[in-house]
Amino acid sequence: MEEKYFLKNKDNPESKNIDFYVKNGGYKAWESVLEGKSPDEVIGEVKKSGLRGRGGAGFPAGMKWSFVPKDSDRPKYLICNADESEPGTFKDRYIIEREPHMMLEGIAIASFAINCHQAYIYIRGEFVYGAKVLDEAIAEAEARGCLGKNIMGTGYDLDIAVHRGAGAYICGEETGQIESLEGKRGWPRLKPPFPAVVGVFNSPTVVNNVETLANLPLIFNRGADYFAGIGPNAKNTGPKLYCVSGHVKRPGLYEFPLGKNLNELIYEDCGGIRDGHELKAVIPGGSSVPVLRPEEIDVSMDYDSLAAIGSMLGSAGAIVMDDTTCLVDSLLNLEQFYAHESCGQCTPCREGTMWMVKILSRIEKGQGRMEDMDLLDDVAKNINFRTICPLGDAAAMPAMSFIDKFRDEFEEHIKQGGCPIQKDKSIKVPNADA
Amino acid sequence: MAIEFSEEAQKEYEEICKHYPDKDATLLPALHLAKREFKTATPEVMEYIASLVGVDPIKVLNVASFYTWYPKEKEGKYVIQVCSTLSCSLMGAETVVDYIEKKLDIKAGETTADGKFTLKKVECLGSCGTAPVMQINDDYFESLTEGKVDQILDDLK
Ligand SMILES: Cc1cc2nc3c(=O)[nH]c(=O)nc-3n(C[C@H](O)[C@H](O)[C@H](O)COP(=O)(O)O)c2cc1C
Ligand code: SF4
Ligand code: FES
Repeated sequence: MEEKYFLKNKDNPESKNIDFYVKNGGYKAWESVLEGKSPDEVIGEVKKSGLRGRGGAGFPAGMKWSFVPKDSDRPKYLICNADESEPGTFKDRYIIEREPHMMLEGIAIASFAINCHQAYIYIRGEFVYGAKVLDEAIAEAEARGCLGKNIMGTGYDLDIAVHRGAGAYICGEETGQIESLEGKRGWPRLKPPFPAVVGVFNSPTVVNNVETLANLPLIFNRGADYFAGIGPNAKNTGPKLYCVSGHVKRPGLYEFPLGKNLNELIYEDCGGIRDGHELKAVIPGGSSVPVLRPEEIDVSMDYDSLAAIGSMLGSAGAIVMDDTTCLVDSLLNLEQFYAHESCGQCTPCREGTMWMVKILSRIEKGQGRMEDMDLLDDVAKNINFRTICPLGDAAAMPAMSFIDKFRDEFEEHIKQGGCPIQKDKSIKVPNADA
Repeated sequence: MAIEFSEEAQKEYEEICKHYPDKDATLLPALHLAKREFKTATPEVMEYIASLVGVDPIKVLNVASFYTWYPKEKEGKYVIQVCSTLSCSLMGAETVVDYIEKKLDIKAGETTADGKFTLKKVECLGSCGTAPVMQINDDYFESLTEGKVDQILDDLK
């Protein structure tokens, strides 16, 4: 697919304005849905398109919507998850700031599919500018009659409100987000019941990622078959944003169909590893997924291919590390993140992340013991799958995979009584030719 | 009660309430307004927010303390938040922090004596492709170098 969808207006600062969006066919998909389709037909089309959630888990969007009970007389809610706080991920921010109407149109279509009249965009607190862009875009869309009351004269009402988070990673997890939206601590809930049945305000709720929702105008403009034809196979369809950060020559945001080859992405599109250095490791899908060794990166970046080699597509945020990186240090950095962000409800997650930080710190400082390797692995395994929410797994998976794939480097730290790597902590901003 | 939102903030709060079926849900939005209006979440501010939203003050404290966004202590006029998570760390975040610490003669977590700057290390700001990154108050600054840091800080009055 040469044709870009998300990044087509990358060089045009007008892209966030409704005039520009409408001139280029914007809100036509929403109009066609409102005027000619039933909610069931919308869900059917989305199922047929094969669209899977872009927030991390890859759950089929149409199927999620079909779990919303039709016979419930409670109001239904849609929450657009714009919390974007998975380390290595910076794709939703682009959509929010540059293509807000693509996102609003998607929210409208999804709301219609589940018969929702009040949607929320839960945006992380740090995105102050993004929240402003969205507020303005909503006002523009209401003024044009694309949102608000009696939309396009059809009698359908939809209010979209921007709800700002306040600096907690756990509020990206859907049930933590729901609690937070209700004005509480962002403490994840035990499932079931799933949000589609009992979500925010005790009502059926769908939570979808920004990028997931922003795909919907494409599906309804070009058809489910067109969308399903993008990507490597029927289970991995549609355009995809890939975030690349770390030691490549041209880090940044890229768009390709799902199934972009990771090796190609790093060596062709991003210009390869910075001069004089070699690749050491890649975390392919945001900090929470298992790490890959250089010999594993000839892989299709799609849900099933990455799962087949024991990792995950996650949020498609590839973090690239070269030979100046100490992997004990990198894992310590990540585990500090998870220890800080653990909400504290479950003992394995709260205590386990803290213990991993302690053990990794002493290994990095050269005070580790050989038994620490098994201890670390044991702590991680005791967190994995034993917690209320998947943050526990997200903390455990990097640890287990780093130890499994780079055990030598950990052991070398312990044997030498210090870090054996010539770390490069200098500031390295790549040339602005990206 | 001694403190109160400005008229403008009160209007904004009333608008916010219209989007929620349950007033408790306006607690975070109210705290955001409070941060803009009063900067620090003092006990007095929390009591005011409690009365506004119609919940117990203890609930406001309980919720506000969960989120890192609401400062409990007075911070500088400019709050510099340098991302220290992996992607930024790979690109030199520690050096950025060291550089600012020396330049301002404070450690991360501290405020300059004149009350102008507070320096903090924070977690992933969602801008890893242009690392290293920092946020100062509402604005992002990306692809940082020493020279850029000088320019940015020297420009702040
Ligand atoms: C700890 C944690 C953090 C998460 N953070 C985010 C996030 O920032 N943005 C997001 O869209 N999904 C995040 N998720 C995934 C959500 O729980 C949820 O699966 C997703 O928003 C569903 O949307 P989708 O089906 O469209 O992918 C997170 C999950 C966990 C466990
Ligand atoms: S796994 Fe961690 S973050 Fe998730 S609910 Fe339990 S303690 Fe909280
Ligand atoms: S790691 Fe610094 S912005 Fe993501």
